[in-house]
Amino acid sequence: MTQVTMTVNGKTVSGDVEGRTLLAEFLREGLKMTGTHIGCDTSQCGACVVHMNGEAVKSCSVLALDAEGAEVKTIEGMANPDGSLSTIQQAFQDHHGLQCGFCTPGMVMSAAALLKDNPKPTEREIREYLEGNICRCTGYHNIVKAIMAASGQDVGAIAAE
Amino acid sequence: MYNFEFSKPGTIDEAVAALGADEAQALGGGQTLLPTMKQRLAAPEVLVSLTGIDQMKGICLSDAGEVCIGGATTHATVAAEAAAHYPALAALAGRIGDPAVRNRGTIGGSLANNDPSACYPAAALGSGATIITNTREIAADDYFQGMFATALDEGEIITEVRFPVPEAANYQKFVQPASRFALVGVFVAKYADGVRVAVTGASSDGVFRWTEAEEVLNGSFTKDAIDALSPPSGDMIADLHGSAEYRAHLVKVMTGRAVAAAS
Repeated sequence: MTQVTMTVNGKTVSGDVEGRTLLAEFLREGLKMTGTHIGCDTSQCGACVVHMNGEAVKSCSVLALDAEGAEVKTIEGMANPDGSLSTIQQAFQDHHGLQCGFCTPGMVMSAAALLKDNPKPTEREIREYLEGNICRCTGYHNIVKAIMAASGQDVGAIAAE
Repeated sequence: MYNFEFSKPGTIDEAVAALGADEAQALGGGQTLLPTMKQRLAAPEVLVSLTGIDQMKGICLSDAGEVCIGGATTHATVAAEAAAHYPALAALAGRIGDPAVRNRGTIGGSLANNDPSACYPAAALGSGATIITNTREIAADDYFQGMFATALDEGEIITEVRFPVPEAANYQKFVQPASRFALVGVFVAKYADGVRVAVTGASSDGVFRWTEAEEVLNGSFTKDAIDALSPPSGDMIADLHGSAEYRAHLVKVMTGRAVAAAS
């Protein structure tokens, strides 16, 4: 076991991990932060997306030890300081951007990464950006709508719910 | 995945030393190797991460006008920073996998793995790039040696890749929708000394140059010149996603599209 230290949602955390421990496993099992989901475990589905040093990554395909010293942000760090939902999270609720909710942490983290670089994305840009996030419930329309709304754009033209 | 010892050196020399251990393997962004290890198709005893080596990251323009990309540079960085120098290369990098994969996966990792359906081998071979390692420089024409096979020796690290900038180039990828790898991808680049056409995804021998297409394009750099050709022969991959004939046909179609779009 080797000790790893990183910053997660602004807090410095440490833990003992094996070489093979994935960042997703360290978050879920080491830190008991189970908001980050492991879906496919093959970097296809995107349920495990977190931000590492400001960039969206699939935490099932990053070794915990490779995140030594990194700034990590997870879905648990997305809400506002007073506990209310962030703009993106609120938009997912308002526009019914989830059903079972399994993909939602990854969707929200990907959406946040997109809007950081591209504050007013087109519908096409949103759909392309979400290529690596799979949802088996919603058919994506309402997720796209939520991200459009979160970016302050009119959602009237997006496909019907 | 079986357990291993992990190290993350800060310099190329330290990485080379660490890779001297028994059953040691270099780790780039891990977007291929880690899934492979989860399936127990690879089981190194020591994994040496190259992502902590700053001297292997970033993009610059050489005095000779080549785009030089550090081996540990991510696809996202190439997509963003090579756009001004070599737009076709940046566009290729910007369509590998998905955004989160592009934030981790590296050019050196992709070329060292030489997946027969990966995009970067087409760019490197199609550009006549030079693969720089910790010990030598390898021309792309000598580097790719068949499916998952390269000229790299055990423990050799790709530190940099140099791309001569063409007059016109384009990459067309027909995506296998589940994996987003290229079912067939064709990179066309027109240089003062001739046109190069590199094909990925199609052949059982990995990336290859379609020399018949290069010859006709040297005479006339037009889609019509490709339309008059027969599809390439050779040992095409046949699987549930497409027959050998289908792939050969796609090579011709994607080459024509790349020529038409080249700029």
